[in-house]
Amino acid sequence: MTWIVLGVVAVVAVWAIAQYNRLIGLRNQTHNGWRQIDVQLKRRHDLIPNLVNTVRGAMEFERDTLTQVMEARARAVSATGPADAARKEGELSQALGRLFAVAENYPTLRANDNVKMLQEELTSTENKVGFARQFYNDISTRFNTAQQTFPSNMLASMLGFTPAELFEITDAAERQVPAVDLSMRK
Amino acid sequence: MAVLVAFLLFLGYGFDRFYAGDGALMFPVGSLIALGLGSVSAFTSYYSGDRAVLLSTGAVPIDRALSASATEGDTLKFRQLDNVVEEMSIAAGLPKPKVYVVPDPDPNAFATGRDPEHASIAVTRGLLDAMTRDELQGVVAHELSHVRNLDIRLMTVIAAMMGAIALLSDWTRRGLFHSSTGGGSSRGKSKDKGGGAIVLLAVWLVVALLAPIIGQMLAMMVSRRREYLADASGAELTRNPLALARALEKIEHAHLPTVAIKRGSAHLCIADPLGKAIGLRQGWLPDLLASHPPMPNRISALRQMGFQE
Repeated sequence: MTWIVLGVVAVVAVWAIAQYNRLIGLRNQTHNGWRQIDVQLKRRHDLIPNLVNTVRGAMEFERDTLTQVMEARARAVSATGPADAARKEGELSQALGRLFAVAENYPTLRANDNVKMLQEELTSTENKVGFARQFYNDISTRFNTAQQTFPSNMLASMLGFTPAELFEITDAAERQVPAVDLSMRK
Repeated sequence: MAVLVAFLLFLGYGFDRFYAGDGALMFPVGSLIALGLGSVSAFTSYYSGDRAVLLSTGAVPIDRALSASATEGDTLKFRQLDNVVEEMSIAAGLPKPKVYVVPDPDPNAFATGRDPEHASIAVTRGLLDAMTRDELQGVVAHELSHVRNLDIRLMTVIAAMMGAIALLSDWTRRGLFHSSTGGGSSRGKSKDKGGGAIVLLAVWLVVALLAPIIGQMLAMMVSRRREYLADASGAELTRNPLALARALEKIEHAHLPTVAIKRGSAHLCIADPLGKAIGLRQGWLPDLLASHPPMPNRISALRQMGFQE
């Protein structure tokens, strides 16, 4: 009888250790995922002055657009706290999107190899930011699920694990689906 | 996979029972030796196989390809590839693998290396020319999924078992030859066991002689399932299964076999490099021996994922 009890205790202990290690592993991955987003955002900030300098000559008329990008960048760099950063990075993404849309109107710019290369780099940086967020959300979802499902939730709440916050689009404008008018009215 | 293990166990058991003489030895010497020998060759390839594969395909590291690129267009393509690989490794949360370009006009790609820390992804020139950015991303995600799912390790273990199966079968053939000429004492022994044992022996002999083919079929079955898995987890990384479906369509329509890639690394490619001689024909026999599932099936599976969203 005592052996059975001891056996059950041992199995529970092994299970608890394995669960605990899994939760810690997931938590560390979640933290790492969050930092990875910062790394990618930093790279984007470093790349933007380059881009603006390259297109400045050919886009003399579009001073406003260029200034907006630079200003949005400056605001994003000086952002404090995740919520503030998320909003300002969203604005920066929009300013960049406008710049590319406007650049489409300049044939010399579109054909310029330097600009193409920079556009590729910027597309890639935008993607990297996006994929870093995706990875963060994937891994935090797994972390949260592990904390909330039975039976590992008992262990998680006993040891004081807290759910990780998912990354969400905070800017309403970024979430909005662009309105497309197909009525052909002029 | 489990079937493959069971098959190897069956072969080994029979070998030890009928050849090594029963009772004298308590453990399965024959199968242990065969597995040992099979493992040696497989694990050599586990540790240095990536270099051998890359060397045999003539793959060029991306930074060397970049500095040697003749036109701005080439530089752009190579930068794009490098960026896409980095994006995908961020999405997968893995270290960035080494990137190679294979000078071959047929669109194809493969991954190699024993674990995510030592992985390499190689892409042919033809693939870079044929794909849009999104499609390239799909292909790279598929290859990175092979790395993430540890398929290289799995296929190494399978190669070790295949080696053991081939050895056992080979020994059986030699043993048969000897016993028919020299009056085989070991066979004489098992004859005393009576009718049941003889039937078992006969069945086992047939199976043992056909073993390399059966083993190949089982290994390819595993390989095909890993392809579906890599397609699916690749789509999970890009969240864009339709781009990978389009990429597969383009690869399917480019008929050339990839000459640069040899048979041994076929299971790590995005599409069977031996070409569509097998891939296009459908039917039970080609299906059994192909390292990749038929393209139309893969494409329609991806399409379904796409339309679910």
